[in-house]
Amino acid sequence: MSVTTQSQPLAIDVRSLTRVFKDGPRAVDAINLEVRPGEIYGFLGPNGAGKSTTILMLTTLLPPTSGTALVAGHDIVQEGRHVRAAIGAALQEAGLDPLLSGRDHLRLQAALHSLPGRERAQRVDQLLEQFGLSEAAGRKVIGYSGGMKRRLDLAMSLIHRPRVLFLDEPTTGLDPQSRSAIWTEVRRLAREEGVTVFLTTQYLEEADALSDRIGIIDHGKIVAEGTPEFLKADIGRPSVEALAVNPEDSSALAEVLAQFGEEVPARSKGSIAVRLSNGTVDLAEIVRAIDAGGLRITALNLHAPTLDDVFLAKTGYSLEGSGGSPEDGTDGS
Amino acid sequence: MALELPNVAHMAYLSRRSAVRALSEPAVMLPTTVFPLIFFGVLAGGVSAAGGIPGFPDASYKDFVFAAPFVQISLLAAVSTATLFASDIELGFLDRLLLTPASSVAILVGHLMGAAAVVIVQASIFLIVGLIVGVHIESGILGALLLAVLVVILTVGISGIGTFVALRTGSPETVQGIFPLTFALLFLSSLTLPRDLIEADWFRLIATVNPISYFIESIRSLIIVGWDAEALARGFLVAIGALAVGLVASVTALRGKVERT
Repeated sequence: MSVTTQSQPLAIDVRSLTRVFKDGPRAVDAINLEVRPGEIYGFLGPNGAGKSTTILMLTTLLPPTSGTALVAGHDIVQEGRHVRAAIGAALQEAGLDPLLSGRDHLRLQAALHSLPGRERAQRVDQLLEQFGLSEAAGRKVIGYSGGMKRRLDLAMSLIHRPRVLFLDEPTTGLDPQSRSAIWTEVRRLAREEGVTVFLTTQYLEEADALSDRIGIIDHGKIVAEGTPEFLKADIGRPSVEALAVNPEDSSALAEVLAQFGEEVPARSKGSIAVRLSNGTVDLAEIVRAIDAGGLRITALNLHAPTLDDVFLAKTGYSLEGSGGSPEDGTDGS
Repeated sequence: MALELPNVAHMAYLSRRSAVRALSEPAVMLPTTVFPLIFFGVLAGGVSAAGGIPGFPDASYKDFVFAAPFVQISLLAAVSTATLFASDIELGFLDRLLLTPASSVAILVGHLMGAAAVVIVQASIFLIVGLIVGVHIESGILGALLLAVLVVILTVGISGIGTFVALRTGSPETVQGIFPLTFALLFLSSLTLPRDLIEADWFRLIATVNPISYFIESIRSLIIVGWDAEALARGFLVAIGALAVGLVASVTALRGKVERT
């Protein structure tokens, strides 16, 4: 677990934080968050749920409409400069200059964070080494792979040893090897250096593997919060999902399945899903009931509770695999 | 956006970044350096008969048009500086800078000073080339230094106006649309002839209201006249006016664009 101690002041303390865009929706609607020092907090939500708007406010790039937030003990509205000095951030876009080298990027960041000259050079070399970029340090970023750009972005956000690190979808689009390298580094930062990590991701597996606690935001509101284990236990029972051969039989199939639990949103289009009231003991009975009803099915899947079930139950959308909400068909973020 | 006092060191690092980026990019530096030299060569060699027109100043046509490349680099630097800023917005690099303790004004001014560093290098090259091809600068070394100062002020000013466009549009392509306008400003001026020798009334009228004419004439005065206080005063007025407009417009646009607390 993390190096958190309950007596320390909160790393992120958000009270009724709200952002309303002009002629637009309430992108973030009176959310409350508490993130402890050294904690990895996963922030999940479907596309347009308010994740990135929250990060922009907490990193001082966007003022809130109302509410307050303290980051590393500093007010995001009144003490923006102090907040920026205490945090590191890697936003969705890597934010790199394609014509500068990796070393130039790090040097510039070090200078803008006012690192003393001697420490600056050492820190730049240390981060280049740490992120496997030493050999490419003198090359222009335009020739870097996606994974290298992400690693450089992360290295830049760490140059001044921030106390709080904001990562907005840090592994989106990366190959498994690069993703794994970033996971390892994020874990190390929290466990060994006590850095608080506020992480958004569209990969539930990532949130599950990394996060000490998870918050799910939907339509600007926090709809669930807790450890991954707590959230999965909250959903509790497994679900079963069936797909009728003939789509006209779907309602009859739903009636049969309803005898065994309450209907929940299905993962696959056209399928009927129920959360089983009695757990897996009814499984054989379900098959018999479908057969007795003269219904033919192409698939019958049993799902143990996963974070995707939690997400589905709380937002009505599935992130896993689809990458977006069923309504808009867009990429999840 | 709160307007904070800029940190001089931050400005220096940011201007270094802009300058290093431009100077290390042949695709930017070569055309913006070579093209004005070619243009000067074409004018000095191909249109030199214009120097024989009655009433033409007592100077070679080569010396007369030596002001042209200095104004051209200023206008070209403004376009490339503004394009770079638009790219920074588009690529998220501006957000990356805004996430540091550097003030917004330091980020903007540092960026504009990078353009100044680039034109100092280019102006130095032109002065050396001018000396090699026999251009005589009547006002001497001090005049050459003042010429560079004028070019730097105008460059920062016009780069500020270009950066205003970059901030308003956020699109490098739109910013590059300024390019033809800068050439219209250059050619519809007293670049190739003294205003009183321009025959076409419409051209003379445009050249008279075009502030670039007065800037060119101030630089030209340092080359062919020596120390002409009136011409220099007009040139500084144009350069400082552009600087004021550029800074006010770009800082205002930055305040509108960036909502950083």
